Amino acid sequence: MPPAAELIDATKKYGEIEALKGVTIRIELGDVVAMLGPNGAGKTTSISLLLGLRKPSSGKALLFGLEPTNLRARSRVGVMLQESGVPAMLKVREIVDLFRSYYPKPMPRERAIAMAGLEEKANALVKELSGGQRQRLYFALAVCGDPEVLFLDEPTVGMDVEGRRSFIERIADFVQMGRTVVLTTHYLEEADQLAKRVIVIDRGVVIADASPQEIKSRVAGRRVRFVSPALNEKDLEGLPVSAVTINDHRVQLLTNQPEGVLRDLFRRGVEISELEVAGADLEEAFIVMTRH
Amino acid sequence: MLLRQTWAEFLKLWRVPAFSATSIFLPVVFYAFIGIGQANQTLQGTHVKFGAYFLASMAVYSVANVMIFSFGISVAAERGMKMDLLMRATPLPPLVYLLSRCITAIVFAALTLAVLFPFAYIAGGVRLDTSEWFTLAYRVLLGSVPFIGLGFAIGYLSGPNSAIAVINLIYLPTAFASGLFFPKQLLPQIIQNISSYLPLYRFGQLGWNAIGVPTSESIATDWLYLAGYGVLFFAIAVWAYRREESRKFS
Repeated sequence: MPPAAELIDATKKYGEIEALKGVTIRIELGDVVAMLGPNGAGKTTSISLLLGLRKPSSGKALLFGLEPTNLRARSRVGVMLQESGVPAMLKVREIVDLFRSYYPKPMPRERAIAMAGLEEKANALVKELSGGQRQRLYFALAVCGDPEVLFLDEPTVGMDVEGRRSFIERIADFVQMGRTVVLTTHYLEEADQLAKRVIVIDRGVVIADASPQEIKSRVAGRRVRFVSPALNEKDLEGLPVSAVTINDHRVQLLTNQPEGVLRDLFRRGVEISELEVAGADLEEAFIVMTRH
Repeated sequence: MLLRQTWAEFLKLWRVPAFSATSIFLPVVFYAFIGIGQANQTLQGTHVKFGAYFLASMAVYSVANVMIFSFGISVAAERGMKMDLLMRATPLPPLVYLLSRCITAIVFAALTLAVLFPFAYIAGGVRLDTSEWFTLAYRVLLGSVPFIGLGFAIGYLSGPNSAIAVINLIYLPTAFASGLFFPKQLLPQIIQNISSYLPLYRFGQLGWNAIGVPTSESIATDWLYLAGYGVLFFAIAVWAYRREESRKFS
């Protein structure tokens, strides 16, 4: 069986700008994938190629082994895009029914609306919805066809913390149904909470493709924090650290050998207080990986 | 799917009073102001009453108006709001989308006629043979097809905010120049010279001829003109669509 979605050595140029420089990604049914990367890294371009919204300049994009523009392939996919609009003069239930009619085996209208938490707005016109509600409507439209694969491009962008949290739960519900989810985000905690697999894209290249745990451990095992008023940069020379941030005497180091780092610091006579050693989180891993 | 899409397209337009009310009632208002007062006067050299003549004019005006506006404005607005992007990612076949639009426009056109015809019958005292009513209705609906192409072309070539202005700028003057509001003979000579080449004038000829106004040329010529304009407008629409395609989706 062909994979759900696949990019094979895909490149994409917009005029002179090379947005993707040979990306190969294979997404199997059942995968829950987060595509991470700074703005302009090529996440949205990758999704656009997989959905047939853009054509690769070279290489291939496939959905269920078919051209992404093939309607049979598309009928197995639900989509939530950044900055897309829907008709303002339709009611929520009308537009959900409209999108359901595009798919061969849609879920009941009420269920799609409930999954998005829009029960109370079912009879409201789209133009009356708030920004967050509109975002949830896009989610209802993405899931209403009961798709095997759900593509979400920056689904929580512009939401507040509470909105993001409840939205992540809704996506998690969909994952619970055993479906495939591909989402792009620059919120690392989202990737950490949802995804079983993280693909890090930077400047048009895949720089990591692994589980969140693996990525965390690969980059920097431990985070060492301490306060040192008299630290100078020479004190840190030659230490086995992958990232250093110094902020108002507060020092943070990422390292795979915290014991060795501390031994060297003490040997050099560096005064430290408030020492703290902890596992690095995905955010720190990410900063290290995409540091230019 | 086609039914749902058509219903949705219909609701989208119906709920914009700026479109639905103006396209359905404006022709009636024009008819009341211009047509009724002199409805019983007979047109020079014919047995046709002005009431019937102006009914044909307004039928042509309102149907072409629906075609250009419904396509022009909605295409431009949807491009502006990036609705086309999400639609494109769904399994909706483009042909269904296009068909649903055409059906909706024809339904709206039929609605305007369904209001205009009884109004002319009652208020303007227009009496036509059954066959004349039908000839007028079908000619007007069929002859409006080229204007669908024009609407699409404008929708793809102009911005979401300028579409209305562009359409008014093109449509209203040509409607006047084609003699839809005042008989062509009253227009300045220079405009009279141009007007025989305008698509709306040719469209008008079909309408006037349907209710018994003798036309100088055979109506086959008018159909031929409209067919030619249809090909031209659709060619421009396809070109504009492709241009957008290669810009946004390649």
